[in-house]
Amino acid sequence: MFPLRIVALRFVPAGRVVLDDLDLVLDGEGISVILGPNGTGKTVLLRLLAGLLPSDGGSITWGEGARPTGRLAMVFQQPMLLRMSVFTNVEFALRPQAMSGAERHARTAEVLERVGLAHRARDSARLLSGGERQRLALARAWAMRPRLLLLDEPTASLDPSATDAVERIIREIRTEGAKVLMTTHNIGQATRLADDVIFLADGRVQEHEAAQRFFARPQSPAARAFMQGELPWRIAFDH
Amino acid sequence: MTQTLLEALTLLGGFDHRLLEIVGLSLRVSLTALAIGALLGLPLGAWLAVVDFRGRSALIIALNALMGLPSVVVGVLVYLALSRSGPLGSYGLLFSPAAMVVAQSVLVVPLIAAVTRQIVEDAWRDYAPELSVIGVGRLQAAGLLLADCRFSVSVALLAGLGRAMSEVGAVMIVGGNIDGYTRVMTTAIALETSKGDLALSIALGLVLMTLILGLNVAVHYVRGWAQRRYG
Repeated sequence: MFPLRIVALRFVPAGRVVLDDLDLVLDGEGISVILGPNGTGKTVLLRLLAGLLPSDGGSITWGEGARPTGRLAMVFQQPMLLRMSVFTNVEFALRPQAMSGAERHARTAEVLERVGLAHRARDSARLLSGGERQRLALARAWAMRPRLLLLDEPTASLDPSATDAVERIIREIRTEGAKVLMTTHNIGQATRLADDVIFLADGRVQEHEAAQRFFARPQSPAARAFMQGELPWRIAFDH
Repeated sequence: MTQTLLEALTLLGGFDHRLLEIVGLSLRVSLTALAIGALLGLPLGAWLAVVDFRGRSALIIALNALMGLPSVVVGVLVYLALSRSGPLGSYGLLFSPAAMVVAQSVLVVPLIAAVTRQIVEDAWRDYAPELSVIGVGRLQAAGLLLADCRFSVSVALLAGLGRAMSEVGAVMIVGGNIDGYTRVMTTAIALETSKGDLALSIALGLVLMTLILGLNVAVHYVRGWAQRRYG
């Protein structure tokens, strides 16, 4: 499944260039954080990797093959929760896997315990708070034992305490051997979690560096401007 | 008018045997048709919401058009199918409650399927990416979404029951409106009104309205409770 090689990847919906000959190589370890301004294709890149969107050119190679050989899971910014119990919202995701009912139940109970939601297992998932919902979505992904976990701004709109809980879970999932590739706008979070940083701007990878080096001294002008809070990507409004 | 209304209320208050018999048969026929409609219409609607194949749009248009199928046309078609020379004539169902169930089911299945399709398709649009990454197949997704939308789908069932209970043309043709055997509320109202027995017509009309209104109230409160319980 790794290294994951992305070569000249293009995504051009309705003539608007979102990804423009994007090249990237990822190994199978650690947490890679994608940073960059809005509309630069961070979420699109995750969706292309998850097979949710067709690309308009380029290639994605998983190890030696065109398809991922290990399991892939994704947590969305607004996770989908069924109008069912917390327990069922995790358990149903294991049904496509070759597991007995007892195994599914045991695995579900285990991950709910680890994300601190065991006491809410029988409650309706739709009644959880924002932080609990995100923990439940992570539990569902974790239960699947993914080799690659894609996270699309997993803590957007969460308070610091809920963010901390989510970050702890992400670290645990990484420790269990999953490669994590996530997007965030929270630079503080990126410094806490990232092993390496991928900086996207104008539909391309402007910089891919070890996190320490990136945060100490970003190399590309775009990344430097972004880190200094400059706004070369200022949104233009029609008057 | 007041006299007729009083007579109607007397029939209701006295639990008139004839009236109860008609109400009982109406409920049996319509609820059976609803059960068949749910059994076929819910999975059909959910499946159609998530699958992608050539001709799907045509099928959806046909299903939506069938919602407005005139009941007398259904009555004639079912009559032809069940009549002695028809393909199902050997079963001897014509002019029986079973024939009325068949006719009402034909009316109810497209209605339930079309409304369910719309509800489940809206949910599918939101859920598809995540279910796809999880590896849930289309058929399993249809089942999951049907369960997820169960409270919204209750509206489809309510609409189906409303159509079945208020239908008169088809059951008149295939049931024959035989007193004590195939006479239901709507056919009895039509007959008694034409005979001038307005008291029984009004009493049956009141029962029919009360049942439909009661069901709507019940579903409204169940949905409210579900919203609080499940979000």
